[in-house]
Amino acid sequence: MPLNLKDHLQQLSETPAPSGHEAPAREVIQAAWEPLVVAFERDGLGNLIATKEGSGSEPRRRIMLCAHMDEIGLVVAEVRDGFLRTLPLGGIDYRALLAQPVLVHGREVLPGVFGAAPPHMSRDRRKYSPADELWVDVGLPADEVAARVRVGDLITFDAPFVALRGERVAGKSLDNRASVAAVTVCLDELTRRSHAWDVVAVAAVQEEVNLGGAAAAAYQIQPDLAIAIDTTFGAQNGVSDDAGYTLGDGPTLGRGPNFHPGLFKALRDVAKEQEIKLQIEILPGNSGTDAWAIQVSRAGVPTALFSIPIRNMHTPSEVVDLRDISRVGRLMAAFIETLADDTLDRIGWRLPGNGAETEGTV
Amino acid sequence: MILRELSEAIGVSSAEDAVRDLIYEHIRDYVEDARIDALGNLIAVRRGTGAVDLRVMAAAHMDEVGMIVIGYDSDGSLRFRAVGGLDARILPGTRVLVGPDRIPGVIMWTPIHLNRSKDTVSIERLRIDIGASSRDSAQSAVERGELVAFDSRFVELGPTVRGKALDDRAGCASLIALVQGERFPFDLHVAFTVQEELGLRGARVAAQSIEPDVAFVLESTACHDLPADLDEPDQTTITRLGAGPAITVADRSMVSDPRLVRHLAQTGEREGIPFQFRSAQHAGGTDAGAIHLTRGGVPSAVVANPCRYLHGPTSVMNLSDFENQSRLLRAAWMALTPAILERD
Repeated sequence: MPLNLKDHLQQLSETPAPSGHEAPAREVIQAAWEPLVVAFERDGLGNLIATKEGSGSEPRRRIMLCAHMDEIGLVVAEVRDGFLRTLPLGGIDYRALLAQPVLVHGREVLPGVFGAAPPHMSRDRRKYSPADELWVDVGLPADEVAARVRVGDLITFDAPFVALRGERVAGKSLDNRASVAAVTVCLDELTRRSHAWDVVAVAAVQEEVNLGGAAAAAYQIQPDLAIAIDTTFGAQNGVSDDAGYTLGDGPTLGRGPNFHPGLFKALRDVAKEQEIKLQIEILPGNSGTDAWAIQVSRAGVPTALFSIPIRNMHTPSEVVDLRDISRVGRLMAAFIETLADDTLDRIGWRLPGNGAETEGTV
Repeated sequence: MILRELSEAIGVSSAEDAVRDLIYEHIRDYVEDARIDALGNLIAVRRGTGAVDLRVMAAAHMDEVGMIVIGYDSDGSLRFRAVGGLDARILPGTRVLVGPDRIPGVIMWTPIHLNRSKDTVSIERLRIDIGASSRDSAQSAVERGELVAFDSRFVELGPTVRGKALDDRAGCASLIALVQGERFPFDLHVAFTVQEELGLRGARVAAQSIEPDVAFVLESTACHDLPADLDEPDQTTITRLGAGPAITVADRSMVSDPRLVRHLAQTGEREGIPFQFRSAQHAGGTDAGAIHLTRGGVPSAVVANPCRYLHGPTSVMNLSDFENQSRLLRAAWMALTPAILERD
């Protein structure tokens, strides 16, 4: 059955799975990848590691594709008079939570809402309220709330996936389920292409808190090359031209110290050959993505980063262009098809003068 | 549930058509002389038994707060303004439906990574994204002047419900129930009004044409009974959810007729129907503010459902408060006589 990207992304988006609690996302992803790979593994942190074996002779080289599957969320910090005070799990933007619906994952899932004083009684509408003045209301009497909700229970956005005009969709957790979907597109493409290297796809945990999932996965997989896939800022009102990338104009490929220049160039060349739209994103230091952790795993890994532009990042209404997701998947598949015995030599560092190639990339 | 239909119907002030059609379907078999006036109010008469000679008006407003598209940016996003009282702080990331085709959109928000300012971003600087990638594409989808409503599902939470526009579709639902029930001793002139949120515009002309002796307004009113804010204890006392429908003694638009307030309270006590008094120290007005000043003046009162998070996509209302709104009014109307309105 051909992959329906929009339906796949909707299922991924609507699955609640904040950092450290990724099991529901892991189940959905494993089910989607099941027909596309040969082996699954779940490591100690909860990463889902899927291997699609290459056709080359053993020992085969490995490329790691890493997209984190966790989302930002909240935890219950206090239950008072039937209302819930919260703490953030990841980079929550409390300014965008007033009157927003949420799901409280207590003994049962309770629909709730961040209460907002009506305009009739708001005393200072010039400032956003601090987190400790915001309460989640599940509409139940205090005793029923106390019986169902405890401190530490999770809270996620209750935000249905919506198709906008053209190829754009809106939903929660498109950071980073859009990238998970791009990996699915790649694995799906690879079922129709031959590749010599092993492809190890990782749906990683806990990116939003400390990049811990990717670090552990890279340590175990020991990849020869790695590509992290994440989201970047879409161009929009309030985002400068230097920071934002136009939705629908292609994913970005990261350039800067976090990325191996040879791998960067090879991926950019594939995009040119395949005539797939690509934007270049300059990242002068820490990319803030799994690529930052993977690059320094063990003796170091040549790492690249594709980012999918999304708008309204870290709100319940992130917006993405489906074509950009598909482009990342197709680009990675086309690149993987080119991987050969001499690839590492071709993209590796060269000592000056004698043209000799080093093992510096392995 | 009729509340779900009414809450999810869209009727931003001045475009109440869908709500009006829905209400008419529910009352048409129970009323006479149904008509739509020049502003869009739905007016009809529920014939009574004739035992009491009073012209009684009951009003609930059909409109809800929303937004209106005023222009486009070159990237295809929509500029907009508020229609009715909106707090800009609830808008970031909010889902909306634009225009008669209900085109889905989201209100855009600069990611926290790039802007951490605590200063409110005004409506003038917010934008709606409908997925258009250019000004031309946005223009072909949405005309300037089209209205924007919250995109919010109605949710049953158990003893409470959550949804948009409970202010005042809950009042509309109560008035429908009153019309559908047993006849009253008098002819009940019902007005489902337009443009309350823009300044009580519909109710004014409805009252001018009905010329009532007495009027009752079925509203939904503010409630903010969250854990006490020690700096502003009064915030918690406007009404309380679950404490019964709120009788207005006074608000910014009116001092309720004390004889009617007394009659309502005595009815509640006699019949064992819970009620509360809405605190007078907070802003807000209702259609009664316009009705009581028509012609030579009309004794008026308001009975309202307390609703948390009014004027947003996710108001919360208690179902027993809602049911008691129509119970209290039914009992009060059954006992209503001209003598109640005589001066001491």
